[in-house]
Amino acid sequence: MISKVPVNLNRAYLLDLASKGARIDGRSLSDYRPISIEFGIAGKADGSAGVKIGNTYVMVGVKAEIGMPFPDTPDEGVLMVNAEFVPLASPSFEPGPPDENAIELARVVDRGIRKSEALDLKELCIIPGKKVWMIWVDIYVLDYNGNLMDASALAALAALMNTSIPVAKVEGDEVIITEERKPLQLRDYPIAVTIGKIGDSLIVDPSLEEESVLDCRLTIFTTRDGNTCALQKSFSGVFTPEEILKAVDLAIGKGKELRSKLLEAYEQFKGSS
Amino acid sequence: MSGGKPVLIDERGLRVDGRKPDELRPIKIEVGVLANANGSAYIEQGKNKLLVAVYGPRELHPKHLALPDRALLRCRYHMAPFSVEERKSPAPSRREIELSKVIREALEPAILLDRFPRTAIDVFVEVLEADGGTRCAAVTAASVALADAGIPMRDLVVACAAGKVDGQLVVDLCDAEDKYGEVDMPVAYMPSKGVVTLLQMDGILTREEFEKAFKMAILACEKIYEFQKEALRRKFGAVQEEVSGDK
Repeated sequence: MISKVPVNLNRAYLLDLASKGARIDGRSLSDYRPISIEFGIAGKADGSAGVKIGNTYVMVGVKAEIGMPFPDTPDEGVLMVNAEFVPLASPSFEPGPPDENAIELARVVDRGIRKSEALDLKELCIIPGKKVWMIWVDIYVLDYNGNLMDASALAALAALMNTSIPVAKVEGDEVIITEERKPLQLRDYPIAVTIGKIGDSLIVDPSLEEESVLDCRLTIFTTRDGNTCALQKSFSGVFTPEEILKAVDLAIGKGKELRSKLLEAYEQFKGSS
Repeated sequence: MSGGKPVLIDERGLRVDGRKPDELRPIKIEVGVLANANGSAYIEQGKNKLLVAVYGPRELHPKHLALPDRALLRCRYHMAPFSVEERKSPAPSRREIELSKVIREALEPAILLDRFPRTAIDVFVEVLEADGGTRCAAVTAASVALADAGIPMRDLVVACAAGKVDGQLVVDLCDAEDKYGEVDMPVAYMPSKGVVTLLQMDGILTREEFEKAFKMAILACEKIYEFQKEALRRKFGAVQEEVSGDK
C-alpha cells in the first residue's frame, strides 16, 4: 500500500491550483497535452496507429479475419475491442489477464465506435449467417501517464481509418481471399474527451498525477455532428447535474478540435505515403 | 435480425408494455430477506428479480489489500445462468466485470468508509431474472441492503435509466427497449445530496435530447427513492415500535 499522505498533500496543491484556473504543468483547465498521431506503424497489421498524449503512449493494431457472425445479427460483421495494459507501461501494471480497468477501457472504446455507427457492419458480411469479417481492435498501452481513454479511443479510430481488408470472393460456399485489398470505410469519427473533476473544477485530459487525486471523471464520445454517442463516468466521486452538462459542452468543443487534428494528420500521412 | 424489431412506441404513444414514456415499471423492495448476511434486499422492478447481500464491515482477506484509513468496498455483480433467455455461463463475463466496477463506484461515495479502517465491505448482487436495467436495480437494492446492514451512509443511492426508443425519450427501459431502442443511459443519483454517482450512455443523442433524457432519469430516481425509504421504514419502523413499546 502506497502511503496516502503524499497523495493528500498533492491533492491539496492541485485543488488550489485548479481553483485558480491553473495546472501543475502550466496548461489551462481545458487544454490537452501535446498530441501526436502516427499511422501504419505495425506492418503485419491490417491497420495500425500510435497516439501520444503528453507522455501517454498507446498503440492500436487492427486485424481482420473471417469468422462466424453472431446468431442475432447474421448479416453483420463483428467488431471486437480488447485492451492490454502491458507491464512495461507502468509500475502499477502486472502481467496477467485484463483487469477491470482494462476491460472497462476496451468496452468504453467499443461503445464509442459502435454507437457512432462509424463502421458499417453490414458491409463486412460475406455470406449471411455463415462467414463475415471479424475486425479485431487491439489496444496496446505502452506508456501510462494518464487519460488512457482518450488516447486509446483516438488510436483505435486512427487505426481503423488506416485499415484495409482483403477483397473476399464467394464461389458457391467457398470464400476465396484475393490479393486485392480495399480500405475500411468509416461513416463517422467518434472522439472521446475525458473530463476530470477536482474539487469544484473540471479539467480536460487529466495527467497521471492529476488522475491520482481526481474525485471522478467523465468520458464523453461525440460524433461529427456534435452529438453525444457514449458516456462513462468512472472513479468514486460525484458530479452535480450542472457539472455533467458543462462537461458535455466542453467535450463537444474539444471533440471538434481533436477530430480536425486527426483528419489533418491523416491527410498528411496519405500525402506522404 | 431474428424475430425482427418490435414496434416500441404504438400509435397512442404507449410503449411495448403499455407504459407512458415517463412511467416506471412496478417496483417492489424487501429488506432483510437473507438470514446470513449482515444486510440484504430483494428487488423486483418489472420482470427483473435481484437479490443483494452485504457482508461487513469484516476482516479483510487477503490482508495486504487493507486500507489504513478506510474500509475497502468490494462489489460483485453476477447473473444467474437461468436469468436470461439463453443460458449464461456462470463464469464472470467482461460485462459483469465492468458492471461490478461501476456499481461499486456508484455506491462508494454514499458510504462513510473512513469509519471502518482496514476492513472490507462486500456487496454481492445476484440477478435471478433479467429484463433490462439490472445494473440500476442492483444499485437501488444494494444501497438498501447497505442501510439494512447498519452501515452509516450519506444518502441512499438510487438508479434508473433513461433512453430513446423509436425516437421517443423514455425512462426505465425494459429488455426489448434496451435491445431494439436507440439509446440507454443508466444514471445513479443521491437525491438528498443532488449528485450523480453513475452515468453511462450508449447511442446517439443531440445535446438537447441528452439534457432532457438526463433530467428524466433524475426525476425517475427521485420516484424510486420513495420506494427505498418506504421499504426501510417497513422493517425498521416495526422494530422501533417494538423497542419503544409505543406508536
